[in-house]
Amino acid sequence: MTDATAAAAPTARSTMTVSDEVAIQISKMNKWYGEFHVLRDINLTVNRGERIVICGPSGSGKSTLIRCINRLEEHQAGKIVVDGTELTSDLKNIDTIRKEVGMCFQHFNLFPHLTILENCTLAPIWVRKTPRREAEETAMHFLEKVKIPDQAHKYPGQLSGGQQQRVAIARSLCMKPRIMLFDEPTSALDPEMIKEVLDTMISLAEEGMTMLCVTHEMGFARQVANRVIFMDQGQIVEQNEPEEFFLNPRSDRTKLFLSQILGH
Amino acid sequence: MSDLHSNTVAFVAGSQIPPSPPPAKDRGAVKWLRENMFSSVANGILTVIAALVIITAVPAILQWAFIDAVWSAGSLSECREIAAANGVEGAFACWAVINERFNQFLFGFYPNELLWRPVLAFVLMFVAMAPVLFRSLPKPMLWFSAAYPFLAYFLIWGGLGLEPVESSKIGGFLLALIIGVTGIVASLPFGVLLALGRKSDLFFIKTICVVFIEFIRGVPLITLLFVASSVLNYFFPPGTALDLILRVVIMATLFSSAYMAEVIRGGLAALPQGQYEAADSLGLDYWKSMRLIILPQALKISIPGIVNTFIGLFKDTTLVSVIGLLDPVGMITPIRADSNWNGLVWEFYVFVALFFFAFCFCMSRYSMYLEKKLKTDNH
Ligand SMILES: Nc1ncnc2c1ncn2[C@@H]1O[C@H](COP(=O)(O)OP(=O)(O)OP(=O)(O)O)[C@@H](O)[C@H]1O
Ligand SMILES: [Mg+2]
Repeated sequence: MTDATAAAAPTARSTMTVSDEVAIQISKMNKWYGEFHVLRDINLTVNRGERIVICGPSGSGKSTLIRCINRLEEHQAGKIVVDGTELTSDLKNIDTIRKEVGMCFQHFNLFPHLTILENCTLAPIWVRKTPRREAEETAMHFLEKVKIPDQAHKYPGQLSGGQQQRVAIARSLCMKPRIMLFDEPTSALDPEMIKEVLDTMISLAEEGMTMLCVTHEMGFARQVANRVIFMDQGQIVEQNEPEEFFLNPRSDRTKLFLSQILGH
Repeated sequence: MSDLHSNTVAFVAGSQIPPSPPPAKDRGAVKWLRENMFSSVANGILTVIAALVIITAVPAILQWAFIDAVWSAGSLSECREIAAANGVEGAFACWAVINERFNQFLFGFYPNELLWRPVLAFVLMFVAMAPVLFRSLPKPMLWFSAAYPFLAYFLIWGGLGLEPVESSKIGGFLLALIIGVTGIVASLPFGVLLALGRKSDLFFIKTICVVFIEFIRGVPLITLLFVASSVLNYFFPPGTALDLILRVVIMATLFSSAYMAEVIRGGLAALPQGQYEAADSLGLDYWKSMRLIILPQALKISIPGIVNTFIGLFKDTTLVSVIGLLDPVGMITPIRADSNWNGLVWEFYVFVALFFFAFCFCMSRYSMYLEKKLKTDNH
């Protein structure tokens, strides 16, 4: 995106390692909304420690794909295995997977009736059965990490968009997830807030978190992603390392998309 | 700054002139009147008419209710004599009847020597409600709240060593409060369950809830009360007949929980989908996400509607007079039939209306306080 981030790219990425262990395995996955075929034959293997950026035109099924991974949407055919647990309609499996997979939304979706601290401690206390004291310590640790410990006792409505999104990230991290999903985390934010959220995500990547991120922040993709996936009309059209992806896109659709998104 | 300006700008004032006060027509009372009372010709005419009505009506009402009123007398004719002796001409309020029948209005035909029991129950009701209404009070008080319904039942109906009192003796405001408060307290959880059931994915549960809500809402409360007073007995084996008050309480609860369900469903629908998704993605199961995330917000949104339903139910308790229960309105008939007081009308209804108004007004105020307290944005 900017020269600064592009220049920093190789160094930042070189510190991150990818293991051979498989975190997410999606094979021949299909999904329909009624008659509408949203996802067609998706095959995707994500190893632990991978940072994957998913991009593509609006309506191509990016959100649907990552929402299938924690069962916010149900797939109709094919197989999704997360952390060794297959996603079926078995509620126990779904619960297991949701505990391991954190998610950040475009519109933050903080709980407005709870304070920032309560937002962060709620799931650890009620889902993981962590004692309140311990949950609060963990929450403060992550709030410090996203650099807003001083807002802990405010309500979400009193924070800026960027701060809210960082709280949302901290809230997910409090569950100590092994995989993080991001659905356009910066696209509802003003430019100066985008940076603070991206910085948070970059430091998360540097710590080795497995991340799947739907975003159009190409600077971010260059800097942290080890793989960029391009989707169109419910299919994975192309995937490659960021350098290759941006310099030598193979399909015409990717070229067209990149020229549109990088053009202005 | 001013140096710079003196070089570039032709004239700059050397000192700041304090602002003058706005002209009289834009100030204080005059401004308020202009804006609120006489903002247009039509508004001005309405203001004048309203003022005339108030000027004529209020003194007349005060005259009737206070200045000319008779406060204690043994009968209506005695009332008239006292009024005539005071030189009153025209209508006057004979509050003496309320004075004389006060206990009946409050308790119906509850035995006089046992009146301390409902009074104690009434006082304890506030103790029981306090920790529920005001969260800052100590949590252990909620144990008393939970025990209160049994305690109140024991105090009012007796048993276990206390002299039993029959349901037919219970009336007046005591009865209105028994039906109203029980209905209000029970209809909220029922309403929540019905609203959740109606939104459920489980076909069977959903159907039951929809049918229940639509049926109960589509039927006048009076019919349900008649069902309670007559038909319901056929459904119970002989000898196990439920107490009439209990049957009425059940009907009133069912009736208002159907309304409550729809009010709460509105609150549920008003929540953004993202709240459900965030709760799901954190791994909260259905009941936890409802209890911790969805319902607190949905109920908060629904407060005006919920209180509206409460107030409606409380006033609807007067309908039980139709099936012969002696609630405050039902109490009026036997008192008017008494030859001593035959001929009085207004005093009864004014008194009963004031009682209901006081309670409903408190509920409305409390709901405004609660809404303000639960507001978590921009403060
Ligand atoms: N609940 C739904 N019912 C029917 N169709 C849906 C539903 N949700 C999404 N779709 C359709 O599925 C397609 C993919 O949607 P999706 O939200 O995954 O797109 P996206 O790639 O995330 O787009 P964007 O960049 O705009 O967020 C779109 O055409 C959308 O209209
Ligand atoms: Mg999307």
